Amino acid sequence: MRVGEIFTAGILALLSIYLMWKSTELPIGYISGTGPGGGAWPFWLAAIMLGSCCWTAVDWWRGRTPASRSDDPVLDSHGWRTLLFVGGGVIGFVALISIISMYGAIAVFLFYYLWFLGRHSLWLSVTMSLVVPVALFFFFEGAMRITMPSGLPFTDPVFNFLYDVIY
Amino acid sequence: MKFTKRTVMGLLGATFLATAPMQAVAQDWEPRKPIDFVIMAGAGGGADQIARFIQAVAEQKDLVNRPLVPNNKGGGSGAEALIHVSGTNDPDHTILVTLNSFFTTPLRQENLGIDIQTFTPVAMMGVDPFVLWVHKDSGITTFEEYIETVKEMGGEYVMGGTGAGQEDSIVIAFMSGAYDLDIKYIPYDGGGAVAKDLAGQQIMASVNNPAEAKGFYEAGDFVPLLAFSDERMPAYPDVPTIKEKGHDFSYYNQRAVVGAPGMSDEAAAYYQDVFTQIYNSEEWQGYLTSESLSPLWMDAAEQRDYWALQVENHKTLLSALGE
Amino acid sequence: MEVLSLLGDGMLLSLQPLNLTMILIGVTIGLFIGAMPGLGSVNGVAILLPITFLVPPSSAIIFLAAIYYGAMYGGAVSSITLGIPGASTAVATTFDGRPLAKQGRASLALVTAALASFVGGTVANVLFTLFAPLLASVALSFGPPEVFALMLLAFATFVGLGGDDIPKTIFSICFGLVLGAVGFDQISGAPRLVLFEYNGFLQGIGFLVLAIGVYGIGEMLWTIEQTRGDVTATTPKMTIKGMASDTKEAAKKGWKGTAIGSFLGFFVGVLPAAGATPGSLMSYGVAKMVSRNPDEFGKGSVDGVAAPEAANNSASTGSMLPMLTLGIPGSPTTAILLGGMVIWGLVPGPRLFVDEQEFVWGLIGSFYISNVAALLINLAFIPVFIWMLRMPFTILAPMIFVLSIAGGYAATRDMFDIWLMVVFGIGAFFLRKFDYPLAPAVLAIVLGPIAEPTLRQSLLLSSGDPSIFFTRPVAGPITIIALILIFLPLLKALRRMRTSAKKPAS
Repeated sequence: MRVGEIFTAGILALLSIYLMWKSTELPIGYISGTGPGGGAWPFWLAAIMLGSCCWTAVDWWRGRTPASRSDDPVLDSHGWRTLLFVGGGVIGFVALISIISMYGAIAVFLFYYLWFLGRHSLWLSVTMSLVVPVALFFFFEGAMRITMPSGLPFTDPVFNFLYDVIY
Repeated sequence: MKFTKRTVMGLLGATFLATAPMQAVAQDWEPRKPIDFVIMAGAGGGADQIARFIQAVAEQKDLVNRPLVPNNKGGGSGAEALIHVSGTNDPDHTILVTLNSFFTTPLRQENLGIDIQTFTPVAMMGVDPFVLWVHKDSGITTFEEYIETVKEMGGEYVMGGTGAGQEDSIVIAFMSGAYDLDIKYIPYDGGGAVAKDLAGQQIMASVNNPAEAKGFYEAGDFVPLLAFSDERMPAYPDVPTIKEKGHDFSYYNQRAVVGAPGMSDEAAAYYQDVFTQIYNSEEWQGYLTSESLSPLWMDAAEQRDYWALQVENHKTLLSALGE
Repeated sequence: MEVLSLLGDGMLLSLQPLNLTMILIGVTIGLFIGAMPGLGSVNGVAILLPITFLVPPSSAIIFLAAIYYGAMYGGAVSSITLGIPGASTAVATTFDGRPLAKQGRASLALVTAALASFVGGTVANVLFTLFAPLLASVALSFGPPEVFALMLLAFATFVGLGGDDIPKTIFSICFGLVLGAVGFDQISGAPRLVLFEYNGFLQGIGFLVLAIGVYGIGEMLWTIEQTRGDVTATTPKMTIKGMASDTKEAAKKGWKGTAIGSFLGFFVGVLPAAGATPGSLMSYGVAKMVSRNPDEFGKGSVDGVAAPEAANNSASTGSMLPMLTLGIPGSPTTAILLGGMVIWGLVPGPRLFVDEQEFVWGLIGSFYISNVAALLINLAFIPVFIWMLRMPFTILAPMIFVLSIAGGYAATRDMFDIWLMVVFGIGAFFLRKFDYPLAPAVLAIVLGPIAEPTLRQSLLLSSGDPSIFFTRPVAGPITIIALILIFLPLLKALRRMRTSAKKPAS
């Protein structure tokens, strides 16, 4: 945790510097007669962000925060597994949306989570991952009239059929 | 109070599912998916109201067999909408409701790489004129008194608008140039906010579309001084135009519907047909009158010429603004 | 009293079978739309607007107003049960609602939210009925400097919100404000902070993208990691008796917060630029300030749920006022309602109250009825929400991820925003580990885009002279109070830190 905290503060400080640099595309000074320029607001706020990162670094050096006094690892093996399987699962879910449509991705993700991570019975996992996307389809497309991504063109026949059903 | 079967059906359809299949109109091409009806402005503005009105007419008259789904993409003066529409992977189901930022945004942000001539003309639903308004408590009743007051204030006269490079700022810039006025211009995030701050006398004058100022005008709070239309407007017969004052200038906000670049000819024909029916409907004609829009019907070829002309005009106007 | 007889007529109008049906359907739809993370009253109202052409205008707007009310109640549901604020107005509800749910007292939190919403809505209705024209003129007197002063006051309440770590809280606030500045500079009209040159940033970063990322993904990951996937929220079964005792407890412990929220929320909501989010936030802050045990706030205080919930309902009613009297929308939802009125052939604006009395009072009457309907329907559904919480966490968690992503897409319709949500989620997971409070960032992204333009408009008005915030009769006192509130706790905290630093850490 001790290394992690200063590392995080360092990353955030870099982010602040990037935001400050990016803000300078517009004037950051006080233009007389009209007030601050277009970049001033984000620039000075990002400067405060940088300042608070330095403050955090001082606190860390003096050991004022709980994290800076702890020698536990940021993520133990369980933590890494959580991040990899759950976080990675979510990333995979979002990546699949553009390929096999929102509903297809929901089905795959639910099955993965319930069966593989949740260790539920195959029967429950399959039922859930079929019922939920169908229910959501009728909720979003039918009732709310919000069109979700339908993925690559090969899904078109399925969607055209479904649209014929609901409209 | 009518409580018909249709009402019940409509509600049920909205609540759960539209079960009744719509009677298909015999035609070569028909949309197979819900139509992405992109609006180049945020929810609640003038363009948004028009888009929702069009959507309502289309649904009421069963003109489309798939719903028009309004999609507000107002960010970046419409840049967001232009990028979204030109990057769509389904141009046959994507149409866009435009304002003049359709011309100005690609000019002001060349790095977007948008060429508006690649878009598909669908329908010109009308053009929205601009009027110069002041608050009744200012005591100003004519344009001449307004000029005099602005000159007396020497740079302290405050007007509000929707921001640099936007429609009203172009009008104000022209007016300032023509009469040598020094005006302090405060940008707001929409025409409604401008009208509200004029009503609260936070600002002294504004250039708003009649639709935005109508409520306050009818209540007697706003006084119209000058119209930037070609001829006097039927709803404001006593308000002179800037042409009568000897300046050959008029400026309108276009309310047009365009299709995504790459739309097939069949789809374009379908939408042109649908929007012609909407344009000719009693509802739309009534809307044009009540909101003081001017009709300006054009076919597809005329629209392309109109776009080219507007791009040239805006190049001149924007360069005069120093953009 | 002419007003009362008009109001009575209005209530009778909304009790007609068609209108009452509209209210019941509308409230129920609204409740569920509001309870979905990502969807809010805007979606419900926008989608159902065209349907309303089939009925007379007064029934149509009653229907839409009922959806609006239902969604306001529903917002609290996802804040409490899922820990994801579905709308910016419900962020403050998570502060205490979520801890209560984790302690197995979700039903108490939900009952409190429902009751507080009801009281807030009713108080607002009464104020609305009695003082509408007067309040409209107050709303007009708020120009840019006044709105900015009000935003300062909202920021002042932040100071009490963060954790104990001052630099990390400051970081979070500023980070939210900078994210809010991404997209376009309203004053100069130039693109700004288009990070890494992605065109997707041109549209700015929406509140929902950050909120769903932080709560729907980051907080979920953190919970799964922290609890080793074994979350056992001891949620007792719902009984009538249990609900009755919850009601009693909610009334006893939450009345103060409810009262503060009802009035403060309404006055902030009436101002067109401000809206319900600062209203609910300020009410939370004030409730904490006047509370006898402020330490309970953030750990499951009933007052902490009651204050923001009363405020956001009250403010939502309040934001109808500028719409009806001035034709200015106070929120995206009222903007669409306003569009609806134009389509129905009504002219919103100062004349509406005079020319369309039947319509206006029918609408106000329906507010009262909708509010009662919303309370009853909401209470009836609480067991369903509790049942959801009793699902095994390995089923609930993937459902929350699915609802967050699908709901997020429904709100933004842009895959870029979904990816951004995932990035924020994973970032939030790590920041959470190092005790960075993230609620201030989520709120700052809402308030920043109001505060910055009004600050700069004010300075344009005064030709760059900042004294404009002190010399105007309304803005002056608000600014001074806000500055005192901001600097007092900061000074106190600094002093405390200095004294504790001198003492050796034990």
